[in-house]
Amino acid sequence: MTAVPAPKDAQGSSILLTILQARTYLALILVFGYFALMAPNFMTLANTVIVAKHAALTAFLAIGMTFVIITGGIDLSVGSTVGLTAMVSGWLILYGIDPGLGWSIQFNTFEVALIVMCVGIFVGWINGILITKLNVAPFIATLGTLYIARGAALLSSGGRTFPNLSGNPEYGSQTFPLIGAGTFLGLPFLIWMLIVVGLVAAYIAKRTPLGRHIYAVGGNERGAALSGVKVDRVKIFVYMFSGFCAALVGLIIASQLQAAHPATGETFELNAIAAAVLGGTSLSGGRGKISGTIVGAFVISILADGLVMMGVSSFWQTVIKGLVIVAAVVIDQAQSRLQARVALQQEAAASR
Amino acid sequence: MTEAHPIGLSIRGGVKVYPGTRALKGVDFDVRMGAVSVLVGENGAGKSTLMKLIAGVEDMTEGTITMDGREVRFRTKADAVAAGIGIVFQELNLFPNLSVAENIFIGHEPTRGGVDIDTEKQRVETRKLMERLEQDITPDTLLGTLRIGQQQIVEIAKALAQDARILILDEPTSALSAAEVEVLFRVIDELTAQGVGIVYISHRLEELIRVGDYITVLRDGTITGARSMEGVDIPWIVQAMIGSSSKEYGRSEVANFGPEIFRAEEITLPRMGGGFTVDHVSLSIRAGEIVGLYGLMGAGRSEFLECVMAQHPHSSGKFWVEGKPLTERDVPGRIARGIALIPEDRKRDGLIQIMAIRENLTLSSLPAFTKLFHLNLKQEAQTARDFIKRLTIKVASPENPVSSLSGGNQQKVVIGKALMTGPKVLLMDEPSRGIDIGAKAEVFRTMRRLAAEGLGILFVTSDLDEVLALSDRIIVMAQGRVTGEFPAGTDAAKVISATTPNAQVPKEAAE
Repeated sequence: MTAVPAPKDAQGSSILLTILQARTYLALILVFGYFALMAPNFMTLANTVIVAKHAALTAFLAIGMTFVIITGGIDLSVGSTVGLTAMVSGWLILYGIDPGLGWSIQFNTFEVALIVMCVGIFVGWINGILITKLNVAPFIATLGTLYIARGAALLSSGGRTFPNLSGNPEYGSQTFPLIGAGTFLGLPFLIWMLIVVGLVAAYIAKRTPLGRHIYAVGGNERGAALSGVKVDRVKIFVYMFSGFCAALVGLIIASQLQAAHPATGETFELNAIAAAVLGGTSLSGGRGKISGTIVGAFVISILADGLVMMGVSSFWQTVIKGLVIVAAVVIDQAQSRLQARVALQQEAAASR
Repeated sequence: MTEAHPIGLSIRGGVKVYPGTRALKGVDFDVRMGAVSVLVGENGAGKSTLMKLIAGVEDMTEGTITMDGREVRFRTKADAVAAGIGIVFQELNLFPNLSVAENIFIGHEPTRGGVDIDTEKQRVETRKLMERLEQDITPDTLLGTLRIGQQQIVEIAKALAQDARILILDEPTSALSAAEVEVLFRVIDELTAQGVGIVYISHRLEELIRVGDYITVLRDGTITGARSMEGVDIPWIVQAMIGSSSKEYGRSEVANFGPEIFRAEEITLPRMGGGFTVDHVSLSIRAGEIVGLYGLMGAGRSEFLECVMAQHPHSSGKFWVEGKPLTERDVPGRIARGIALIPEDRKRDGLIQIMAIRENLTLSSLPAFTKLFHLNLKQEAQTARDFIKRLTIKVASPENPVSSLSGGNQQKVVIGKALMTGPKVLLMDEPSRGIDIGAKAEVFRTMRRLAAEGLGILFVTSDLDEVLALSDRIIVMAQGRVTGEFPAGTDAAKVISATTPNAQVPKEAAE
């Protein structure tokens, strides 16, 4: 019961806490450094761009997922939504919309993108309505839409691929492939898009009442409701935003491949969840950062691509990915406990 | 007398400290075998804590428990059960989907070879217990089909099945009809005749006098009276419960009420399975007035406040704020009309524990700092700092999580959040719950100041002392109805008797 050793101890644990809090960034530096040394050609510009493009796709989904998880929910349907929206893009480019009157409506690239985004947002809206108004648990609701969206994607083409989505200059859709392949100031479009979406999401999280409400709903739903937060609206928004992010990915993939396959995006939702968790988002809600999630997405992608370059078998890759995710959650728990202890120590020190 | 009723268990110097509060401050308590030891005190006085120590639910911080001359220590409930202590909590811990026999033997089923449950033995034992308790309940009856009073009996049987020599009954009559109370009292008489020591907790003072042999009164974690029941009357109990020197929260300036600021008419909230949780409640508050809403647990007071805050869509009735009807159906709408609620359960309803103090303070008032959709963080932080200063909240930094604060300071954050919305009517549900005496005084001073500034305050409390000292008017609720309305300075006994309007026990003792 001596008071002397306490400050030293507190100092030690707060240094450890700082390290734990920055763990996602440390992990990024570690995997990057490791592969830069160990994998041949990892540090080339071409490879960096490829890795960044892969990471960006995961990052889009993970950003949407982060908001959902912060509210205490989960969105399993994003992978299927990617598939569905990719098929919608393919359909619109190839056939347009046929009202059944012997003529069809064709769209230019911008209109195609707009419609695809609306489809994604609509799927998210359905999720939100199921979860808020019909009181379905998020896991079940989005599991249902996962199957429905995947089924719809398969039905759209009878399971076949929509090939040759190079667009048609007559309709103004010849620029469609540029969404995935174009560059601006030397950086691919989709990296720019990631920067924009990332900044907007971070802005929402930090500097808007909506963002504050997202955290509040995840931290204590009852308390938030009693404080005047419109819980249902907040929840519907996060699922719609997640749907929007998924549609963006579907559009980009269809454009990159210039083809749309109905199985596109299978298990993407798991990567998105993993990236969010790796970035410090707590599955129990209320905690998470957009910047952390983006870094998490990069860690996962660098890990995957680096292991491929080192010639590690894909079976081992899966095992390693799993280990990294489990380790991330274990460390997250340790951090929470340590954080609580440090806060209590501070309080005790203040009241002494 | 001591020879007639030997001491079966005694606590000496019992201290229990929870983070932030001392629930028990050196308590001495004896349980006498073959007699009923009554424990009385207001909510929060420490009765439940004391019983939890005896039942092994909580570990004692300091002090000793002695049984049969040996010092014992109950680390878990199982330890206490093994020592022959049974407890029947106010909320029944039973399984409606299982039979009576299964309920009684849950957790200690008689088995053959450790695997196969000996159902026949269960049935026989249950039948014996029911005979001992004079109950006509068959072992295979589904518990859910029994009346609540019978369920209480089953709970008692459950304790007896584990050879309880000391039986703790926590408010056993709160859910019973008059006839069932009679049965319970007969059962208690028989048990004491068989040498069982009973600890009986209740708020119904007449009942205590009738059933008790010894009485112990608790106030703020200390014993304020312990004696044999001979010669004890209600005034003595009330005196011991609330003390002679009233705490000083009284009004210092002359009362100066404004016009009516809030009115509720015929507010009704149906209860599941019939009846009403809030039964046609009407009341009004004037500007600058502090109205205390007093009653026992489950009287419907918190539910009434929740109705005002639009938490029960099935409730009916009308509200007026400043003479205009309150038609908004959702929480943000009602906050905008000047209603603010400080919920009873800070942790569950009042705060977002993992968010920063600043974020909690401003959560209800974010629109005030928002232009279009942009949140002005600087202005927000400034306002948060102002409120921290105004309410003298002790914080190291407004960015620390609110969970790192003590109970009293957390409560001030909840009050600050409510005040930031610029309310006209402040609803406070047990504003002093779980905070220490110093913080209490500060909260009460704040209430006084706010009333002087023209707010109408309606506060719910189960602390008689508090309601008497702080209220300009006292409204008593029982079983969902308003059962009494008293001006400031009313006699405590009158207020207490209004909380049990149809007590099953004759009232001669009260006169």
